[in-house]
This record gives sequence, C-alpha cells and structure tokens, in this order.
Amino acid sequence: MMSHEAFVFLSYGATALTLGALLLGIVADGRARRRELAELEAQGVRRRSKPAGGAN
Amino acid sequence: MSDTTISQGWFTSLANPTRFLALSGRVLPYLATAAVLSLVVGLYMSFAAPEDYQQGMTVRIMFIHVPAAWLAMMCYSVMAIASIGTLVWRHPLADVAAKTALPIGAAFTFLSLLTGSLWGRPMWGTWWVWDARLTSVFVLFLMYLGLMALHKAMDDPARAARPAAVLTLVGFINIPIIKFSVEWWNTLHQPASVIRLDGPTIHPTMLYPLLVMAVAYTLIFFTLHLMAMRNEILRRRVQTMRRQAAQAIGGA
Repeated sequence: MMSHEAFVFLSYGATALTLGALLLGIVADGRARRRELAELEAQGVRRRSKPAGGAN
Repeated sequence: MSDTTISQGWFTSLANPTRFLALSGRVLPYLATAAVLSLVVGLYMSFAAPEDYQQGMTVRIMFIHVPAAWLAMMCYSVMAIASIGTLVWRHPLADVAAKTALPIGAAFTFLSLLTGSLWGRPMWGTWWVWDARLTSVFVLFLMYLGLMALHKAMDDPARAARPAAVLTLVGFINIPIIKFSVEWWNTLHQPASVIRLDGPTIHPTMLYPLLVMAVAYTLIFFTLHLMAMRNEILRRRVQTMRRQAAQAIGGA
C-alpha cells in the first residue's frame, strides 16, 4: 500500500503532465498551422476573401 | 442607435474569424498571465491549508479533483451553448468553439476520474465503484471521446458541425444527472459540499484555496480554448486555400 503522500503527489504529477501535454499539443498545432499558411502564401496562394495587399 | 443594437453589432462582428483572431490575440497574453498567477497562488494556498483531521494530507487532492470535475461539466456546457449557436444562428465560430473544447473537456474529465480514483483508494479503500456519480462522469468522458471520433470521421468540418451539435445537445442531459446523482441515488461519493442552497459546508481554510484553484482552472480552460480556436480557424483557412489552389490548377 502506498503512503498518503504518494497518492497526493501522483495526483498533482498526473495533473501537471496532462495539462502540460495539452498545452504543448495546442502550441505545436498552432505553429504547424502558421507554417502551412506561410508556405501556401509563399507559393502565391491567396484566400478569395482576403483584400489585395491586406494583412489578414 | 440603441444600446441593444450596438451590443448586437459588436457580438455579430465577432462572427468574423479575422476579427476574432485579432481580438483573441490581444486578450490571450492577459488571460494566460492571469491563469499562471492564479495557479501559483492557488497551489501555494493548497499546500499551506491545514490537513484534514480525518483524511490527513490526502485532502489536498480535493484542490485539483473538484475544479477538474467542475471544469469537465462547464466545458460541456460551453459546447452545448456553442451547439445552439451552430444549429440556430449558424454562427461561423460556434462550431469552431464546440469542436476545440472537446479535447480540453476530455482532459479535465480524465483528470477528475484519475484524481478521484487516487483519492478514493486511501479514503474509501477502493479505486473505483460503479456508483451513480462516478458512472455518470465516466459516461461524460465517453461522450467527449465519441464526439472527437465523430469530428475525426468527417474530413469536411461543415459536414460534421450539425450532427455533432445535435449529439452534444442530446448528451447535455448527462450534466444535471452528474450534478444531482449524489442526491437522487445512494452513492459512495459524498454529496455536494460547496454549491449548495444552504451554503458551503467546508471550512474557509479549505474553501478559499479550492475557490482560487477553481478560478485558475477556469482561466486555464479559457486560455487553452482561445488558443485552440485560433488554431482551428487557421486549419480551416489552410484547407480552403488548398482547395482553391487545386481548383485553380484544375481550371487551368
């Protein structure tokens, strides 16, 4: 049987790992999407709704 | 122009993804800072709080278990409201909001189940029982996974939006069941001790750290949700641009 301290630290550790992994996943996803957008724009692909020379 | 017209105009202007990206980009740094600060304060208060006279130090699991359970239900409620936005107003960002809340809600539900199990073993003598509260939260976790699978099964987000919204609203029936399960049925899980008509039954030395942690979790949720929504908008933008590029090549 584990000590009570072990249950507490396992709980906090698992929470930190899960939320940390979620944050890292979202950050990595955002970087990948911005990279894809930049590549498409470098190839001259533009959204139809985007105004010519617009920053959006 | 009335105040109502102005507020409606401001609200509908958020439906424009480009405007949403600009506004959320300005809000996110403040939101993330508030989330980190409140988490640091909440963690300090959680470990500075006195130990329970019966549970000893395992009561500290409460400070992360209870907010995770609240957020699991709040996240689903946010998805349900967004689903109404998809079905009734066809708000362009409503489906984005509902879809991107899914993995975050699943993570909080998973944490609520895991920390509950880690708390239950030393206090109840068991990792798990199929009582009404635990089972209904487990069903919530399965619903999150099911909705994520539905979105994965359809390449076109527009096609997945309406069935996912309908399924989300049908599944919302589970939220009051989770909340009131400890009153309607005889459960091993204790009844509500914070959100009660006659006020909290927890001593302030434990209630305040719990509330600060709940605020921290809520801010973490909104920070992650805004970030994920921005990613999803960019993902759909990339899909549209690739389709346009393919059509242009096909047309030529």
